[in-house]
Amino acid sequence: MHELAVTEEIIKVVTDASKGRRIREIVLVIGNLSSFIDESIQFYFDKLTESTPLEGAKLSFKRIPVKLRCYRCREEFTPDEEYICPYCKSIGGDIIEGREFYIESIEVEDEDRDSKEYT
Amino acid sequence: MKIEIVKNILEANDQVALLNRETFNNLNVFTVNVMASPGAGKTSLILEAIPRLNSSVAVIEGDVASSIDSEKVARFNIPVVQINTGGNCHLDASMIREAIKKLSLEGIRYLFIENIGNLICPASFDLGEHIRIVISSVPEGDDKPYKYPGLFSTVDAVILNKIDLLPYVDFNIEYFKNGITAINKKAKIFPVSCKTDEGIDSWVEWLKGENRYK
Repeated sequence: MHELAVTEEIIKVVTDASKGRRIREIVLVIGNLSSFIDESIQFYFDKLTESTPLEGAKLSFKRIPVKLRCYRCREEFTPDEEYICPYCKSIGGDIIEGREFYIESIEVEDEDRDSKEYT
Repeated sequence: MKIEIVKNILEANDQVALLNRETFNNLNVFTVNVMASPGAGKTSLILEAIPRLNSSVAVIEGDVASSIDSEKVARFNIPVVQINTGGNCHLDASMIREAIKKLSLEGIRYLFIENIGNLICPASFDLGEHIRIVISSVPEGDDKPYKYPGLFSTVDAVILNKIDLLPYVDFNIEYFKNGITAINKKAKIFPVSCKTDEGIDSWVEWLKGENRYK
């Protein structure tokens, strides 16, 4: 249920960034080590944006798998359940990807709809 | 038209956490974020630490409801504030900001923040603490680090509580430890029992060593 507060934050940030233009799409980047669930953000987003200018904007989720750099051989790998390095078979590594949780970009309607140069 | 934003969604929380940390630093209050699932022994471990620290301690108790834990802590005659989140699954930095207004932190050397019993959400929310620990208990099973890597990968220490139950439970300590060190090499691991006091002293000694404001 902690997605409620973060969804409110997402709405605030994208509303500021859109400067009044209609938002078509919001791209979120979420690492698999972060504790946030796409469906739950989508659920709160739909509820919170009902009858607002944001209603109907598409949420796109880019999921980032966990990536480790092996403690021993320093190769990068996406771990299995027991974190065994596929290169040297030792266990574990430094986390280099998987903690992401940010708004990457938004797609807004052009101010001048006839102009093609922004599309 | 595409607008690049690249903005951390938790930035608002992180900024308040920064303020909290500044407050703790200015007052020389060493702050510990205590996380665990419900019933792992967060309150018990804090109560074991209080008399051993030989120092001034305060506690912020986070719970969805009730003041059961804060009443236990208050018996030690130390400052305690209860936060009831009313259903929210974690503490955030602004709840701590409010709570420390109600605590007299002057002269306090250790502040324990007992987070909501949950191994998921608390990992994402910086409270302004200096260190974070997670308590895992033997009856919960040895697979918890594998199931909740998001949290176990962010902590400075893992306290394995209720080791007095090891003879009665299938719990492979090596497997448990491997699941932690695989993603968090720096985490110290302390097997303890709040029931028999085994291991408590070495955990408390470590905590004293971590405190930069002794």
